[in-house]
Amino acid sequence: MRVALVCVIGLFACAGATRRAERNAAHTVTLRGSDTMVVLCQRWAQAFREARPDLSVQVGGGGSGVGIAALLNGTTDLAAASRDVEPSELDGLRERGGAPIVLRVAVDALAVYVHEDNALPSLDVASLRALYRGRATHWSDVGRSDASRVVLYGRENSSGTYVYFKEHVLDRFDFAAETQSLPGTAAVIQAVRHDPKGIGYGGFGFAHGVRLVPIAPTRGEPAVVPDERTAIDGSYPLARFLYLVLSDAPTGATRDLVTWVLSDEGQAEVAGAGFFPLPAEVREAERAKLEASAADPADSIEASAADPADSIEASR
Amino acid sequence: MNRGDRWLAWGSGLALATVLFATSALFGVTLFEGVPRLDAAFFVEAPDASMVGGGIGPALVGTALVTLLMTAAGVPVGVATGIWLAEYAPRAGRFGPRLAILVRAAVANLAGVPSIVFGLFGLGFFVLFVGRGLDHALAEGAPVWGRPGLLWASLTLAVLTLPVVIVTTEEAIRAVPDSLREAALGVGATRLDTVFRVVLPRAAPGIWTGVVLAIGRGAGEVAPILFTGAANYLPELPNDPRDMFMHLGYHVYALSTQSPDVDASRPTLFATVLVLLALAFLLNLVASVLRSRARRIA
Amino acid sequence: MKLGRIRTPWWHRALERLIALFASSAILAVVAIGIFVFREAWPLLVDDDALTDQGGLSSLFRPQLWPGYDEPLHVWQPVGFPGKLDVIPLVVGTLKITGLTMAIAIPLGVGGAVFLSEVAPRRLREWVKPAVELLAAVPSVVVGFFVLAILAGGVQRAFDLTYRLNAFVAAIGLAFAVVPVVLTITEDALRTVPRELVEASLALGARRWQTTLGVTLPAAMPGIAAAVVLGFGRAIGETMIVLMASGNAPVMGLDPTSSARTLTATIAAELGEVTPGSDHWRVLFLLGALLFVVTFALNELGRWVVLRLRRKLRAEDVAPISGTTRRAPAAAEVAP
Repeated sequence: MRVALVCVIGLFACAGATRRAERNAAHTVTLRGSDTMVVLCQRWAQAFREARPDLSVQVGGGGSGVGIAALLNGTTDLAAASRDVEPSELDGLRERGGAPIVLRVAVDALAVYVHEDNALPSLDVASLRALYRGRATHWSDVGRSDASRVVLYGRENSSGTYVYFKEHVLDRFDFAAETQSLPGTAAVIQAVRHDPKGIGYGGFGFAHGVRLVPIAPTRGEPAVVPDERTAIDGSYPLARFLYLVLSDAPTGATRDLVTWVLSDEGQAEVAGAGFFPLPAEVREAERAKLEASAADPADSIEASAADPADSIEASR
Repeated sequence: MNRGDRWLAWGSGLALATVLFATSALFGVTLFEGVPRLDAAFFVEAPDASMVGGGIGPALVGTALVTLLMTAAGVPVGVATGIWLAEYAPRAGRFGPRLAILVRAAVANLAGVPSIVFGLFGLGFFVLFVGRGLDHALAEGAPVWGRPGLLWASLTLAVLTLPVVIVTTEEAIRAVPDSLREAALGVGATRLDTVFRVVLPRAAPGIWTGVVLAIGRGAGEVAPILFTGAANYLPELPNDPRDMFMHLGYHVYALSTQSPDVDASRPTLFATVLVLLALAFLLNLVASVLRSRARRIA
Repeated sequence: MKLGRIRTPWWHRALERLIALFASSAILAVVAIGIFVFREAWPLLVDDDALTDQGGLSSLFRPQLWPGYDEPLHVWQPVGFPGKLDVIPLVVGTLKITGLTMAIAIPLGVGGAVFLSEVAPRRLREWVKPAVELLAAVPSVVVGFFVLAILAGGVQRAFDLTYRLNAFVAAIGLAFAVVPVVLTITEDALRTVPRELVEASLALGARRWQTTLGVTLPAAMPGIAAAVVLGFGRAIGETMIVLMASGNAPVMGLDPTSSARTLTATIAAELGEVTPGSDHWRVLFLLGALLFVVTFALNELGRWVVLRLRRKLRAEDVAPISGTTRRAPAAAEVAP
C-alpha cells in the first residue's frame, strides 16, 4: 500500500508540473506529417536547436494526411506535407478561424526504383501507370526481356507520396490490389533492394542500393534521370514541392522556425536529407508570403491558397 | 521403447524444438548483431536525425516514464480489485459473489481485447473525450489536453495491463492461509487492518510479480500508443504529462520502417531491439524469481 | 464468535467503499471500450447520409463497378478519387493470415505441450517452461522486426516466393505470439486429465503413444479447444507483427504466398491520417468495434469451455479413486 501511496504522490507531482509546462509550451513547436519529410524535419529540429537553444521542435511522422488532420485538430503547430493541400482541407482550416499558409520549403524528385541488377533502360509515365494499375503484370510487358512477374511496392495511403503518385502517375485511378503497401519509403527501398522483380517509388533522397529508372514524360520522349537540375528545371516529370502548412499567420517560436527554414542554414539541411533546396526565386516568394501574413493576416488566405502558381511546372 | 512411442516422442519433441529454436534464433541473432553497437553513450545520447548514429536515451526515458505513470495509475486500481475479489466479494452478502463473477468475466475479456482496440479506445476516450472535454472546460478550446501525450498513453496502457495485476493479486491473496486472517480478526483487528497489515505483506511477492509482469507488458506494447502519444523523433525529454514522448518499441518500428538508409542504421536497430528484448527478459526473470519466492512463502 | 470486537473506524468503511468502487473498474473499462469505440462508428449505422458517396452502409460489403475497373470488385482504397471503402478484402486478409497462423501454431503448440506433459522428464520441463514464458513476453514489435529483417528473406529464398512479405511469413511471425498461448493452455489441459484414466489405459496394455493419442488427448480436448479459440483471438487481434510482415496489400483471394491486409494493420496504418468524423474514420472505428466483438465472443467461448472443464474436474474430484488430478488450469483464464 505504501508503494501505491508513493505512486499516487508521484502522479500528483506530475500534475503539478503541468503549470510549468504551460509556460514551456511557448518554447516548443510541434511538427507532424509526411513520412517523406521526417528525416528532413528531424534535421531541421536538430540544427534549429543549435541555432536557437532556447526553443525546441517536436517532430512526429505518420503521413501528410496525419499532419493536416493534426493541424485541423489543433494538435500540431506545423504540418509537413509532401503533396498539395486539398482545397477541402484548406476550407477546414479556415472554418477553424485561421488564415492557413502553405509554404514551399524544398523540392523532391519522386524516383522510381528497381533492383540494381534490373536492366530496364527507362519507363514512360504511361507504362508506369500500366504497371501500378495492374494492367501490365510482367516485366516483358514494359520492354524487358524477362517473363517474371512484377512485384509492386508502394506506400501506405496516409502518405503524401501515395496521393501524389495516384494523382500524377495513375491519373487518379487505383493502385493494383497486389501493390505491397509499406509503412515508409525506407521499407520500400529495402524491399526493392532485395527483390530483382520489384519496383517501387519514393523520395529521390532515400535511394541507396537501388537503381533509379529514368522516366520519360510521354512515350517517345527522351527519358530523364532525376537529379537536382532536372528536378528544379521541371524536365523530370515527377518532381514536386514539399510543404510546411500553418493553420494561421505564425507567431513566436513557430514563426522563428519557418523563417529559419527558409534561410540559408535551413535550406542547407535540405540537401543533407536528400532533397533539393528551393530555387532562389521560390524562396523569395515564400518569404514574401510569410511577411505578408505578418503584416495583414487576412491577406494570407489569398497568398496561400493552393493556386496553380504553386505547382512545380509554374516555377520553371 | 516401442516404435509408436518413439514416433510420439520425436514428433512432439520436434514441435517443441522448433519453438525453442525460433526463440533462441530470435535472441541469438539480436545478441550477435546488437552487442557490438552497445556502449555507455548509446543509452544516454539522443538518436541523431538521420537515425543512423546516436543512442536511445530519450526512448529509454520515455518508456520508463510511460510505464511509471501507467503503474501509478493502474496498480492501485488493480490491487484494490484483487483485494475486493479475494477478501470482500465472498462476504459481501448475496450481491457480492454475483458481482465477482461479472468482474472476473470483465477481467478475462479485458485481457483478450486486441491492443489496437486499446489504441482506438485511448484516442476516442482519453484524447478526444476527456482531453477535449478538459480543454473546453479549462482552456476555452485551446488544445492543451486534447492531443496525444504521455498521460493519455499511460492511462491507455494502465487499462491494458489491469487484468494482469488483478489476476495475480487475487491469486496471491487467496494463497494466504485463512488461519492468519482468523488470528488477526480474533485479536480484534478490523477486516481492513487484517487485509493491510496481515494479508498484503504476506501476499506482497505475488502482487509484485503481477506488477512486474504488467510493466513488461506495458513497456513492450506499441499499438496502443500509436495514436495516444508516441512520437517519431523527440530529442527533448518530456517534462509534462501532456508532451509526446519517444518509446523503445515505437522506435524499433520507426527505425525498421522509416530509416533512410536501412543498412547504415542496421547496427543501431539491432542494438535497440536488443535493449528492448533484454528489458523484457529481465522483467520476466524478476517476475519468475518473485513468483518462486511467493510460492515458497505460501 | 467475535467477543471483544472494536468498532470499525469510519475511515475503514470509507476505504472499503473505495476498494469496492475500484473493483468495478474492470467492468467499467470493458463497457467504456465498447462504448467509445462504437461511439465513433455509430453515425455510420444510423445516419442516412453516411457513405452516400459509395451507396450506403451495405456498400461496405458489396462488390461494385468502380470507375476504371472492368468488373464489379471488392476494393479497399479509402484514399482515392473517389475513396473506396469495402471491408471484405480486409476480412479475407485477416482470415487468411489467422487461418495460416493456426495451421502453424496448433501443431507446434499442441505437440510441444504433449512433449512437455507426456514425454519430457521433469527436469527438462522445469527448464523449458520458462523459455516458453519468455517467448510469450517478447514484445510483438520485436517479432515483427525479426520477421521483416531476417526471416522474410530466408523464407522467400527457400520457397522461391514472388513476394518477400506475404501472408505466410506474417503467419510464421504471428505463430510466435500464438504458440505460447496454445502451448500453455494445452499443457494445463493435459495435466488435468485424471491420472487414473492414464494408468487404467496403460494397465490394460495400451502403449504409451496409444494412451496419449487415444486417451489423454481426447480427454483434454475441451481444454485444447479453449487453447485454440484463445489463440485464435490472439492471432486476430495482433497488430504490429502483421503490420510489419504481411505486405499489407488488400488482396482478395486465399493464396498464402500473396500479401494480405488485416483489420488490425489497416487501423494501425490508416487511423493516424484520417480526418476525425469522416466516413473513413468511422469505418476504421467500425473495424475496431468488429474486432472487439469478435475477440469478446472468442474469449467468452474459450472461458466457457475452460470453466466447464474445471467444473467437470471438480465433480470428478468429489469421488476419485486416488484424487490425483494433477493441476487446475489457473493460467487458462487469463492466458492472452
